[in-house]
Order: sequence, then structure tokens, then C-alpha cells
Amino acid sequence: MNKIVKRCLLAGCAVAAFAAVVAAPTVAQQKTIKIGFVSTFSGPVAAIGNDMRNSFELALDHHGRKIGGLPVEVIYEDDQIKPEVGVQKTQKLIESDKVDFLVGYIWSNVMLASLKPIVDSKTFTVITNAGASQLSGELCSPYVFSTSWNNDQTPQAIGLYMNQKNVKKVFLIGPNYAAGKDMLEGVAATFKGEIIGRELTAWPNQLDFSAELSKARAAKPDAIFAFYPGGAGIQFITQYAQSGLKGQIPLYTAFTIDSLSLPRLKDLAIGIPGAQHWVRDLPNDANKKYVADFRAKHKNDPSFYGSQTYDAVPLLDSAVKAVKGDLSNKDGMRRAAEKADFKSVRGNFKFGPNHMPIQNFYLQDTVKEGEEYRLKTVATITENDQDKHWQKCKMPN
Amino acid sequence: MKSWITPRNAFVAALLAILVLLPVYAALTGNTFMMTLFTRIVILAIAAVSLNLIMGFGGMVSFGHAAYLGIGGYVVGILAKEGINAGLVQWPLALLLSGLFALAVGALSLRTRGVYFIMITLAFAQVVYYIANGLDRYGGDDGLTIQRRSEFGGLVNLSNRTAFYYLCLAFLLATVYLVWRIVNSRFGLVIQGARSNERRMRAIGFPTFRYKLVCFVIAGVLCGLSGVLLANHTNFISPALMHWTRSGDLIVMAVLGGMGTVFGPVIGAVALLVLEETLPHVIGLASYLVTGKEVAAAKEYWQLILGPMLLLIVLYARGGIDGLMAGTRRG
Amino acid sequence: MLYLIEQCLNGIQLGMLLFLLAAGLTLIFGIMDLVNLAHGSLYMLGAYFAATFITLTDSFLAGLGLGLVATLVAGMFMEVIAIRPLYGRDHLDHVLGTFGLLIFFNELVRLIWGPEGRTISLPPEMLTAVQVVPGIYYPLYRLIIILATLSVAALLYILVMRTRVGMLIRAGASNREMVGALGVNIKLLYTLVFGLGAALAGFAGMMQAPISFVQIGMGENILILAFVVIIIGGIGSIRGAFVAAVIVGLIDTMGRAFLPDAVRLFLSYSAGSSLGPALSSMLIYALMAGVLIFRPEGLFPAVGK
Repeated sequence: MNKIVKRCLLAGCAVAAFAAVVAAPTVAQQKTIKIGFVSTFSGPVAAIGNDMRNSFELALDHHGRKIGGLPVEVIYEDDQIKPEVGVQKTQKLIESDKVDFLVGYIWSNVMLASLKPIVDSKTFTVITNAGASQLSGELCSPYVFSTSWNNDQTPQAIGLYMNQKNVKKVFLIGPNYAAGKDMLEGVAATFKGEIIGRELTAWPNQLDFSAELSKARAAKPDAIFAFYPGGAGIQFITQYAQSGLKGQIPLYTAFTIDSLSLPRLKDLAIGIPGAQHWVRDLPNDANKKYVADFRAKHKNDPSFYGSQTYDAVPLLDSAVKAVKGDLSNKDGMRRAAEKADFKSVRGNFKFGPNHMPIQNFYLQDTVKEGEEYRLKTVATITENDQDKHWQKCKMPN
Repeated sequence: MKSWITPRNAFVAALLAILVLLPVYAALTGNTFMMTLFTRIVILAIAAVSLNLIMGFGGMVSFGHAAYLGIGGYVVGILAKEGINAGLVQWPLALLLSGLFALAVGALSLRTRGVYFIMITLAFAQVVYYIANGLDRYGGDDGLTIQRRSEFGGLVNLSNRTAFYYLCLAFLLATVYLVWRIVNSRFGLVIQGARSNERRMRAIGFPTFRYKLVCFVIAGVLCGLSGVLLANHTNFISPALMHWTRSGDLIVMAVLGGMGTVFGPVIGAVALLVLEETLPHVIGLASYLVTGKEVAAAKEYWQLILGPMLLLIVLYARGGIDGLMAGTRRG
Repeated sequence: MLYLIEQCLNGIQLGMLLFLLAAGLTLIFGIMDLVNLAHGSLYMLGAYFAATFITLTDSFLAGLGLGLVATLVAGMFMEVIAIRPLYGRDHLDHVLGTFGLLIFFNELVRLIWGPEGRTISLPPEMLTAVQVVPGIYYPLYRLIIILATLSVAALLYILVMRTRVGMLIRAGASNREMVGALGVNIKLLYTLVFGLGAALAGFAGMMQAPISFVQIGMGENILILAFVVIIIGGIGSIRGAFVAAVIVGLIDTMGRAFLPDAVRLFLSYSAGSSLGPALSSMLIYALMAGVLIFRPEGLFPAVGK
């Protein structure tokens, strides 16, 4: 037995145990706004988390690194796409870091898991992507706002578009988690033809879609609808092309092609339409400034994930300004936020009674500009669309 | 009779004192996260102690012990979702099901030896893992939020942090005591005898299979209790509760603390989870001392140290932390 | 019918991948009696090496070749530093020690390559489907995986059954002391075998990478499946690993293809989506438990053990 190794191990444990016991809680500095930011910074969807962070940082720069006149400190946490990790990180931010605001959440399942500590602690929260139907309905909460959408709204728009294109039979594929189920329901809600197959795949680990694509081919639909965010979308579209389906059965998408996946998909993305509530070329001043500055800094277009996260900063700014920096006045901040009195990068924007945006949905397509592949708005599919769950929301006054 | 005041006993006493006094410290400093962390540690320590009963004393290396965490947790979660919050219904049912599952797994697995036993216990745990994945009504992959913790009328309020913590601690101490009694009973001696030489135990007339099976079931029930507490603690259950790496974590706790001693796994659980929280800070501090400024990125890589540490413990410190302190075990 | 054939091909392709991983695992297990949980890390390393070299050389094939060599070297290095002291210990020590290595490699990869992961793009000419039998189009790249793995399997068979090194490997598996007593350098033999296993795992990782994603922890779930394969096949038996890999691959794919619809006949649509894949995964583990209960040494027990 090596005595030295033994001693070192013992000493190491002793130091660690001691450190844990004496680690004093961080004393919250007065008059600094602490924001906890929960997103994904690892794995096949890390690009989404980074894009959200970049947009959030850019928005803070645009506001002079201040919200309502107070300096800001942001703590970024990685949820690893796992609900159980997300809820732990949320608890840590609330209890240990004592944050004033929570921002972020990409995944519906992570957000739903984290909702109880958020609601129990009355932490003022802006969800910048996850759009689980329950949040718009029975789980709506006075201090929780969303700058994104309800999951089923975007696929509802694409369902309408497929009606326009005279699609009669469609095959639906999506990941088997809260959002995937919502998305397929969304298409089913507006699509008038027949749904001849629905497949849900294991999320987020299954990236090999061979069995599902074979099944889709065998069903002989007029079109396939798919929802695969992040790296999973790149894989889905690549395998769709690889299997030779691309010339045979057209593909319609929601949240599958974005400016993050385009540099990898290139030509594969062309001719695959998608619906979106924000596209980088929307003609309003706030958006022009956002996209131009983002491109100057990061050399590519921001994604819609980024645009929603960007909006969180002016929203919080308007709320904190309204209470003159008194962060304990949560009801005051809530009333101010409900007015949506800020310039959103998507232009037209207001909140429904369930704190979900009411907004337009557009048809987007991929175009090649020089060497760069970019997204472009083609048409408006729905105007001032409100989610269909708001009546289930019993928002306390 | 050797002296009771050994470095090791002093350490155990100090650890117990810390665990008992922690809520006071948390209340004084207002650090509620400390309570959350230590409640978790205490709960997982129960699971590690139960695993150690079969692994350390019985030589049955179960690589599927997290399944009982899941069963305990899911019984609480499913009943809560169906509107049954009474702890007096939830808890006994959870323990019963954990025990029945352990009975079935044990009866089939205990016929195998060595690595086959490791793998067959893993297989059964994976089956339960996928059942939970398939429970669409209870969230499937996404897991399930438990809106209300188990209710015990006026008896105890689990939503009170301090009360819940002391309840968990009481269960831990009871578990340790129970395992200690088992190990030092005639039954426990048969189990340990079967570990060192099963054929001899059978030859002198002990039906070792039955002894081991009973031991396996007791461990399953205790771990099920840990699952019940864990679900109440996190207010959330998901299949991840019983992912195979979680079973690996439990083995790590038992071995890190010291297998073959009753209290070792408690030390292991505290050490592993405290390391998880503090190693990042230690690394940050080290990077500060080396480079003169704190390298934030360095903090993220704490597991870079944990991994080789495990290997070193396996190679040089078989008795775990407990063995290091006792100084008597082989190295 | 055509659809069934297509799904069979999908199942076989998955089986091939599992075989690559299981072959190394079973060799190491059979010869050195070592349970290696870090085998999945080599699968991950292979994919990361290939991704890096493909970017550096701008050539798919050159990247794969260099990646393979790098994984081989990394595997031998790992054996000398960390695995060697574990020989002769009991299985619990292996599980724990290599679990530590698994954690270490995950973090090491994060340190070197960052948390985001990598994608490997296929050359455009591989992005097509070919007609295998009339009416069935199958992705070219997946066919390449099947064929490449079959050639590897054949090479492995020749190596183990027809060469001098293979003879030593087989001899080492049945009686390690005797081989050592005859003057064979057992240490070197072990290092070579471990390196070979590493290269096979790395090859699996880089072949799968273009239809999946190069990320931290990518080897963990598939490693457990590979363990199932070698247990079903019989520890130490390459032939058993091959058969079991195909069985597991087929069950998994067929389950995913047909069970959801079967469940929907009795339960709701969304229950089918969740329960179907879960059932097919369960089937695999139930098969393994069944094999262990009725044939504790697996389907093809290695001779001489």
C-alpha cells in the first residue's frame, strides 16, 4: 500500500469537506439585478443555447448593460436537455444564488419540471422558448411570462399552408417529449386532409431515423411533416435526403430549419418550407438593428431562439422601470409587463391574459445569397394568432 | 476491548454532529440551498447503506439498485397524480412493491455468479427504466411533477424543510442501526460466510440461497424507502431516477466510503455529493493560486479529478475513506 | 413485404454497429477477464478523432484512417497507464475503476473539444439511395456500413483463427498462465488486444457519427447494449457476439417499427408512441435475462473456459 497516495486522498477529502462546511452563502449585492439563465450549452443542441446567450448579451449591450437603470449580473446554467437537471439548476439559482429573475428554457419538458420551484418561490420568470400547452392553460402563473409561442401555434400555421398546397395525406414525425406531442396535435388541429401516420421518436438520444423514414415511405403520403430542433433537425433532413425521399415526398417543417442549421444543411434545406413567428428579414427598426449588430459580432444571422431571448431584455427593462427598481414589487412589475410596452423585434406583439404572446406567423423559405444560405419571409400565414388554451388559464388577479 | 476514541470514531461522531446541527447553521445563515443539498445527501446515503448490505457484506454486486429508487419514487408520484396523497397509503405500498420486485429479481438472479449477476441485475433495472419511459400518462420520458408531498395528517408536515430533513436523517440512522443489527446477527454471519465460501456454508447445513434472497429483499425495501423520500424531496420523478449511471453512483458511494463497514456508505455519500459541489470551487481556488486569477472555465472540469480519484481508490485504498481512517484494512 | 425487407436492413445495420463494439468488448472480457465500462469512451474518442481529422485533411477517408490509428494508440496508452493494474482484481473493482475512467474521458473530451459536440458531413456522393432489390431503395452510406463491418468481421475471423497472433489470443483466453510460461510476452499481447478492441470501438463510433452526432456520453447507452450482446452471445465468443448483435439489432428495429402500432390496437395513440419503443427495449433486456437464466454461459459459450 502506498502511504503517500493514502494520505493525499485523505487530505483531499478533508479539505473538500471543510470547504463545504465553511462555504458561506454569497451575500447578494444591493442594487444589482441577478438573472439566472437556464438553457442548453452541451450536446447536439448546444448551438441553440449559445445563440440565446449571444442574443441576450447583445440585448444587454444595447441597454448599456442595465435593466431599469440597475447593473446586471447573469448566471448561465446548462440543463443538458434533462428535466431532472433543469429542475436542480433552477432550484440552485433560486435558493443558492437568490436570483431576481429567471430567463431561458428551451425545452418544454425541462420547463414543466422546473415550474413548481418557480411558482412556489414566486420568482419572476421570462420563458424565451419552451411553449408547453399546459403553461398557456391550467399551469399559467402570475409571474411567468413567455416571449415565444405555444407549441401548437407554429404547426397550426403549417397545417393551414398544407391545405393551401392541396396536400391530402400527411405523415407526421416528431420527438417523443412534451413539445413533440404538442406539435403533432397542432398540425392535426388545422390540417383538413387525412393523417395517415404519426411517429414519435425517443428524445433526445435517438438521432437515427431509419425505421421511421422507411415507415413513412411505405405509407405513401403526399407530404411528410417533421419537427426536430437543433442538431436533430440537421440529422433528420440529412437522412431524409440520404434515403432518396427528397425527390419523392415533400417535407414541411416547424422549428427544424433555422439559421443555426443552415450552414450545415446548405442545399439540402432548399425547397423545404417552414412556419415561423419571426424571420430575420422582418421589416421593423428594432429587428434591423438587432440583426445587423448580431451579424457584425457573430458573422451569421441570429436564430428565432435568439430573437425571443433578445425580447426578454426590453420586457424586463419596462417592468423594472415601472416599479422604479423596487424588485420586491412583483405585482407592479407584472402589471407593467402585461402591457408589453416595448419594441419587439417581431414588430406586432401583445400578451394574452395567460401571458402568452399574440402574434403573426409567417412562411419561411431558404434562399442562397452569394455563398450564404439565409432564411426569407415568403408570406404571412396567420395574423394576430392567439393560442387556443388561454380559456383554461385561471390567472389570479 | 479496544478504545472507542479512535480517529475514525471521532470522524464519524463529527460527521453525525454536522448532520444533526446542519439545519441550525442553515437557519443562522439563511442558506436554504445547504438544506436542499444535505437532504439529498442523507436520502441517497440510505440507498448506499442498503446497497452495501448486499454488496459489502453479501458479495452480491447489484448494478441495478437504482431501480428501487425508481419504484419508490414512482409509487409516490403515480398515487399523487391520481389524487391519493396519504402517506400511509403511498409509503407502505411503495415499500411492498420494492420488496416484491426485489423478491422476483433476487429469485432469478441469485442463481448466477460474478459478472453475470452484475449484468442480470442491470437487465432487470433497465426493464423497469423502460417501463417508466413507456408510462405515457405519467409523463414518460419527461417525468412527472409531484404537486403535493405525502401527507400524514397532523403528524408531520413534509413541506417543512427542517422537519423533512430530520425525518430523513432519522430514517438514515434507523437504517444504519438496522443494517448493523442484521450484520451482527446470526443471519448476518451466514450471509458473510456465504460471501467468503458459499459451498462450505451449504455443507454445514445453511440454505444460503434463501438467506441471500431475504437479504436482497431487505436491501430492496430500504432502497425503496430512499426512493419515496427522494420523490418527496425533489417533487419530481423521471426515468432518469433509475438510469444505469445512477446505479453506478450508488456503487461509487458505497466503495468510496468503505464497503464492509456499516457506516462507510454514509461517509461515501457525503463525500461524493459534497465533492460534486465543492470540487469546482477547489479547482477555481487552485487556478487562482497558480495563475493569479480565477479561471472560471477551470471550475467546470471537476470530474476530471473525480474519475482518476475513483481509479486510485480502487487500486490503492480498497477500504475506502473509512478504511483509510481505520488504517487496518489491506491496501 | 418490401417494407419488411427495408426494416430488416435497418436492423442489420444497427446490429453491425453493435458487433463492432461488442467484438472488442468480448475479446477483452474473454482474454483479460476485464469488465470495461470505458469501452464506450473509445467509441466516443474514435468519433471525435475522425471529426477532427476530417476537418484537418478535408477528406472523409483520410480522416477515418487517421482517426482509427489515433484510437488504436489512445487505447494502448490507456491500457498501459490505467487498465494494467486492474487485471486480476475482482469484477467490482473493474466496474468502479473503469466507471472512473468513463467520467474522466467525458470531461477530457469536454476540455479538448468543448461541450458543443461535432457533426460529420458525408461526402455528397454518399447522400443517395441505391436500389438493392427492385422496389427497395436503401441509403448508400448504410449499405457501406454493413459491408465494411462484414469485411471487418471476416478479417477478425482470419486474424483470430488463422494467424499466429490469433493462436496466442485463443491460447491466452483458455489458459493465461500456460501461455506466459511458454515464454510469450503476455503484457504485450494484452496491450495489443486492448488496442485492437479500442480500434474496433473507435471504428464503430466514426461509422455511426455521420448518421448521429459526435457528443459527450454518446457511448454510454450503446455500451450497455453491447454488454447485452456479449452476454447473450457468450463471453469471449466473437461468433456469439456477431449472432447476438444481429438479433439485438433486429429486435430493436422491428420493435420500433411494429410495436407502436400493435399497442395502438389496444390503447390510445400516444400510449403506443411511448410504450412501443419502450417495449422493444424491454424485450432486449428480457431476452438477456432469459438467456442468463436458462443458458448462464450465453448462446455460444467460448470453449476452454
